[in-house]
Amino acid sequence: MTDAALFAPPPAATARLCAHCGELLRGGGDGTFCCAGCASAHAIIGAAGLGAFYRRLEERHAHRPVPLDADFSAHARAVGADEAELDLLVDGLDCPACVWLLESLLARNPAIRRVRAHLSTRRLSLRWRGPPGHANDHVGLVAALGFRPAPYDAVAATSEDNREARLLLRSLAVAGFAAANVMLLSVAVWSGHDGSMGEATRTLFHWLSAAIALPAVAYAGRPFFRSALAALRAGRTNMDVPISIGVTLACIVSLHETWVGEQHTYFDSAITLLFFLLIGRYLDRRARGRARHAVRALLALSSRSATVVARDGTTSLQRVDRLLPGDMLLVAAGERLGADGVVTEGSSTMDAALVSGESVPQSVDGGARVFAGMVNLGAPLRVRVTAAGQHTLLSEIVRLVEAAERGRSRFVALADRVARAYAPVVHATALLTFLGWMFLGGLSWDRALLVATAVLIVTCPCALALAVPVVQVVASTRLLRSGILLLSPTALERIARTDYVVLDKTGTLTLGRPELVEGGADAEALRAAAAIAANSRHPLAQALVRTAPAVAPATDVVEHSGQGLTSGASRLGSAHFCGVSETLDDGRSELWFVRPGRAAQRFAFADRLRPDAAATVGALENRGLTVELLSGDRPAAVARAAVGAGVTSWRARTSPAAKAQRLAALAAEGRRVLMVGDGLNDAPALAAAYASVSPATAAEATQNAADAVFQGDALRPVVEILDVARHGERLVRQNLAVALLYNLSAVPLAILGEVTPLIAAVAMSSSSLLVIGNALRLSARAPAGEGR
Amino acid sequence: MDSLLILVPAALLLGLLALAAFLWALRNGQYDDPDGAAGRILFDDDD
Repeated sequence: MTDAALFAPPPAATARLCAHCGELLRGGGDGTFCCAGCASAHAIIGAAGLGAFYRRLEERHAHRPVPLDADFSAHARAVGADEAELDLLVDGLDCPACVWLLESLLARNPAIRRVRAHLSTRRLSLRWRGPPGHANDHVGLVAALGFRPAPYDAVAATSEDNREARLLLRSLAVAGFAAANVMLLSVAVWSGHDGSMGEATRTLFHWLSAAIALPAVAYAGRPFFRSALAALRAGRTNMDVPISIGVTLACIVSLHETWVGEQHTYFDSAITLLFFLLIGRYLDRRARGRARHAVRALLALSSRSATVVARDGTTSLQRVDRLLPGDMLLVAAGERLGADGVVTEGSSTMDAALVSGESVPQSVDGGARVFAGMVNLGAPLRVRVTAAGQHTLLSEIVRLVEAAERGRSRFVALADRVARAYAPVVHATALLTFLGWMFLGGLSWDRALLVATAVLIVTCPCALALAVPVVQVVASTRLLRSGILLLSPTALERIARTDYVVLDKTGTLTLGRPELVEGGADAEALRAAAAIAANSRHPLAQALVRTAPAVAPATDVVEHSGQGLTSGASRLGSAHFCGVSETLDDGRSELWFVRPGRAAQRFAFADRLRPDAAATVGALENRGLTVELLSGDRPAAVARAAVGAGVTSWRARTSPAAKAQRLAALAAEGRRVLMVGDGLNDAPALAAAYASVSPATAAEATQNAADAVFQGDALRPVVEILDVARHGERLVRQNLAVALLYNLSAVPLAILGEVTPLIAAVAMSSSSLLVIGNALRLSARAPAGEGR
Repeated sequence: MDSLLILVPAALLLGLLALAAFLWALRNGQYDDPDGAAGRILFDDDD
């Protein structure tokens, strides 16, 4: 570090901020950093001469480094003789300066052959000389700078997905090019209809149009043709069947018209139709892909590795999915357990909220069965793994989820339902038109077919195939801005129709983490205790710090693992550790604080309601939904939460299966239930519900079962999803009505043979623009509540 | 009308060129990271 002034702390700092992460410096002292991690990150960046990073961050700040706790060599691939590759998902890679810093710094290492950071996907691709085992050297540097790396494997879209997305975009490009050029030629032909264009020129233009449109339709129409064929093979019909038939027939008839030198061809209609539909499909796919990527990224970053103790006593980090039965795990305080097992050594309390919904920590000691997902709140434990991967409680729940999901797959999207009724009517009308003109109207077969084609083209379901996806895209983009991710394509439609809400308690109605509820009255004692607690990562200590955030950490603190903290003669920890004999068992977690010459102070912690829980329940009821609380927790705790949130009907001690049964019973009563839950025990219920929503803190299996995931401490997003879904549903219905009206007025004209290609083009474009414009109204309205 | 014989092929050729350029850019990965590319241009030179 040569020139400290060059990257001095950011300006506008009246209080002193950490020179790396920008956090408020709480201690006195002479430091410019909040912790040793930040100091070393700053030193690394300075030594590499990249101090300009801090200026380039502008208003942003770097993040505080967290030690690497996973082994990445298993994710690296050997390439060629002596090189290896690794893709990382990097949390904190969210500005151009971060891209610059990572690429410049890693490229300094001569072993690194290639480094490329992708801002849109937060991906960092590395390639280095050496075995895959060197992965952690390089990843460690990324982590030391304050970025949080995770393996990218889990986030990456499958190659199948990628190929389809590429095909769609290439089809879109080809269709766009062809549509523009064919339309240019067609406009010339239309303006020449008054006789100013000779027949030979017109035929030449038609041949040119055919030469452009036919290959383009064959290429760009593939996504539709494939889907239509697949549907027909399965004995169903979908929106793509009338589209495929209409476009194909239009091309064939137009080619015939060109051959015989007739006046009207529909090449422009066919290719423009494909172009519009491809736009809708591409947007839809991109919005869904973004949401899926965001959710996978959340999960990948939250997955942890476990500490395995070998027979000779050495410890190593292992990925949770590679644990085997019989492995001995060391579970530190605050760590989440990765597999089911039996405690062999130590005693502690464990938080099982995510597993059972129980909000009171259970005490465990030797021989106790513990499950994946539990959090160790006390002393370190040794746990022998009894089941991992496939055989955990988690996988049982996943099986329940799959069973419940089979029921939901029967739901058919509104657009598809309309298409099922619509396609036969369209085809029958076209056929009748053809037969009518041929046998009753006395036209030759090719004239009659031209009229029938016009009918197919005007009825081509632009509004159905375009306006529904556009509403979806607008809605999901708006929800994404509020931190809500839609996972299922039919989520909005189902959420809009729900009339009953079932809420889980722990983690859904409540925050799912301990908060100080008692003992905070004495501000002086609270500040003194928080100063000591700031040195620990224990969940209860962290909760204490959250209530007094501006307190400077005490310096001479010693942590006695699993018991408490000492600072001089003061002690903060369990009753036993603090020498307090009066025990008070009210089911709350507690910390005691003793100082010389003062009475012992008790801090009690409990899971608290989300700040807007009551308001949200009220808002849901205002919208005509019945709210019910369904929890695996004890009746007393559930009753307290129900009263706090204003929910009148509640059930306690419900098992995962009982929750799913309750939802089945509600469904049998004809209720459409929106289930909101986060625990593993909620996952089957989420899958069994008509529609479901999860907070982003939920377990992985739970998020996979949900239709939508919301981030943040507020419960309000549930109401927002409902509002947007209902508004979107209204717009979809309006769009369908517009489409129907347009068809009702255009079809008779087409049947009479009055629809020329010009009229078809104008009608099709204007109806498409109308429904798109209508869909955009959804984003124009400011989101309810405060914006983000 | 003779001008058409030059103008129409010329217009089509230009259109095809643009299409080819887009497909090339797509294949070349230029659309993989639009956000990053926007920022990268500011930093690459003055290292």
